[in-house]
Amino acid sequence: MLKTFPIGGVHPPENKLTAGSKIQKLDIPATVAIPISQHIGAPATVSVNKGDSVKAGQVIATSKGFVSVNIHSSVSGKVNKVDTLIDTSGYKQTAIFIDTQGDEWLETIDRTDELKTEIKLSSEEIIKKCQESGIVGLGGATFPSHVKLTVPAGKKCDVLIINGVECEPYLTSDHRLMLEHGKEVLVGISILMKALKVNRALIGIENNKSDAIEHLKTLAASFQGIEIWPLKVKYPQGAEKQLIKALTNREVPSGRLPIDVNTVVHNIGTAFAVYEAVQKNKPLFERVVTITGKSLPKPGNYIVRIGTPVNKLIEAAGGLPENTGKIISGGPMMGKALINTDVPVVKGTSGIILVPQDEAGRSESQVCIRCAKCIAVCPMGLEPYLLMSLSQKDLFEKAEKERITDCMECGSCSYTCPAGRPLLDFIRLGKSTVIRMSRERVVK
Amino acid sequence: MSNILKISLSPHSHSPETTRKLMFGVVIALLPALLTSVFYFGYGAIIVTSVSVASCLLFEYLIQRFVLRKPVSITDGSALVTGLLLAFNVPSNLPVFIVIIGSFVSIAIAKMTFGGLGNNPFNPALVGRVFMLISFPVQMTSWPVPGGFGTGYTDAITGATPLAIIKEGIKNGESLSQLVTQIPTPAQMFLGKMGGSLGEVAAVALLIGFIYLLVRKIITWHVPVSVIGSVAVFTAILWLINPEKYASPMFHILAGGVLLGAIFMATDYVTSPMNHRSQIIYGCGIGILTVIIRVWGAYPEGVSFAILIMNAFVPLMNAYIKPRRFGEEVKNG
Repeated sequence: MLKTFPIGGVHPPENKLTAGSKIQKLDIPATVAIPISQHIGAPATVSVNKGDSVKAGQVIATSKGFVSVNIHSSVSGKVNKVDTLIDTSGYKQTAIFIDTQGDEWLETIDRTDELKTEIKLSSEEIIKKCQESGIVGLGGATFPSHVKLTVPAGKKCDVLIINGVECEPYLTSDHRLMLEHGKEVLVGISILMKALKVNRALIGIENNKSDAIEHLKTLAASFQGIEIWPLKVKYPQGAEKQLIKALTNREVPSGRLPIDVNTVVHNIGTAFAVYEAVQKNKPLFERVVTITGKSLPKPGNYIVRIGTPVNKLIEAAGGLPENTGKIISGGPMMGKALINTDVPVVKGTSGIILVPQDEAGRSESQVCIRCAKCIAVCPMGLEPYLLMSLSQKDLFEKAEKERITDCMECGSCSYTCPAGRPLLDFIRLGKSTVIRMSRERVVK
Repeated sequence: MSNILKISLSPHSHSPETTRKLMFGVVIALLPALLTSVFYFGYGAIIVTSVSVASCLLFEYLIQRFVLRKPVSITDGSALVTGLLLAFNVPSNLPVFIVIIGSFVSIAIAKMTFGGLGNNPFNPALVGRVFMLISFPVQMTSWPVPGGFGTGYTDAITGATPLAIIKEGIKNGESLSQLVTQIPTPAQMFLGKMGGSLGEVAAVALLIGFIYLLVRKIITWHVPVSVIGSVAVFTAILWLINPEKYASPMFHILAGGVLLGAIFMATDYVTSPMNHRSQIIYGCGIGILTVIIRVWGAYPEGVSFAILIMNAFVPLMNAYIKPRRFGEEVKNG
């Protein structure tokens, strides 16, 4: 029996069109727009001026506070302006626009392909390096990695969990990284283990990536304490709490963090970025992005410089298909619909999905037939139908008691509802209201 | 760019399941039982079922169109399912006018007055059935015996159901071993060769429907298994105490409407509880009440009443019995 999480879950069609496509380098665009807030926490402070010359890897915005990281230039060239743009979320935010000239990197960066396995830095140095190099969780949540690596006083971590699940349909960037850069990923994991001072790491990979599982198993034989665990294919297997439960049978209590059950979770892409930062001195200024869609001529996986407009990626994949009705940044279950194709690729962009018109809409919302399927699929054991109706009726205190804040917005309920009800839309409304209410209580 | 992009919140993907597909899935699951019924009871089964389905659809249409003045939604399949289930719960020789009255009570009173699909607290088909049982006790308890496909409609030969035979016999002081010649064998009951409601007789056909519902994931096992299981356990205890007075669990499950009730009536989405914990309590409640009514009550059969009584507890269960929350109990291993 393959391991998995115990409550709920759904099986959306996998559609991993690009699982066999090798990672290619995307051409450097003529201009990049690099937002200063690409992570959860305080936005970085701009540290360049218009007209400044920058090199790839140079800091252009410095971290502000502990839960924040540096932002680096992804190209060499001149700063054209610091202005606002519409980002993935659909909101305006500040970005640094750079006109590209050549491709010059900071001299300190090791640009060779040579594999460096010896870890010279100490635990504290690794953590510091992560913040300086702008490392954030690359699974999509973009939480600064050094914060997770800093175990708070009084708590301990005894096992590192690596998320190679990639349970979202379509996305294959982590899958390709494991296949093509398996050694680097494993060194990255060893670095993370050293930072956390643990001697055991578990990599969870969904069983639909058997080639990656076999490959990493072979490689892991020469690494200390790294175990590969195939997991049952079930969405949302890659959700942090569900993954911890599947691999260790520990259940993160409501409102708590993985460290409360002595674990820390990092993503495959993050492990690779940590390798590059620590061993190659290369800050995070490019990442692997899956560009895919059923009507796209050449879907694939690309290494993309941060700040590259999405339309460059679409061009490389054969151009925007006529019938495109929606563009998603991230996976179809939790990703965000983009407002236009000028939106830049950021650290959290794991994939871009072009959805044909006939699949882009929603069906009409009908009456609830109380089929209870939303409850059966909720991985947190919540009652989505109830949370939706409480939110609609402004009964937020009641919604709080029904643990609306436990919802991680995986979308399994809305996906399943046979009446096509927008369950998650209303739960989000209720959840954000409840969070605001509880903050106000603290202030009082 | 000529395309206009759609913007919406996640998820951007939806399962192919719809309300209509689920309802028609139930209809498909009912087909084996309908076909065996036509095979055993002949024209009567066809007439009663057609009238019931047609009048349920018609009443829903008329009420939505002319009384509520709302969009008509009879194509969602829910009235079709109610019509079929209502027919399944009556004798195959029931006069047409009674079937129409039953349909009216099911749709107009039990369903539409509460706000239509999704809002009715009681199972519409069972409300209709119980209304007919109380209003037309003679017609509702004259059961045609299986006579094959050529059997006529109102001229069918009638007899008592196995449950009525033992209820009457025990009341007259006979023991079960004396009654055994009058009741069908378990094999006959399994295949449906006994008097009873149009759709309840053939256990085998109902079980085929059950498997289909499970495979299509239209229902889960919780309600049916807890109904059948609790009937089995409760009647087994009684049977072990005195096998001359109390019938065996096998008899109780195969005779009467336990299977039809457990698989198709108690699992009605709208009127059953929302999580697995309460579904099991609800199912056991139905099973226990059924046996109590059958053994000690005035009626030989109690499934309909048991389900309706438990329907009344569903809002309470939904409010107070919660699913197991993730992170609720701290168990670290």
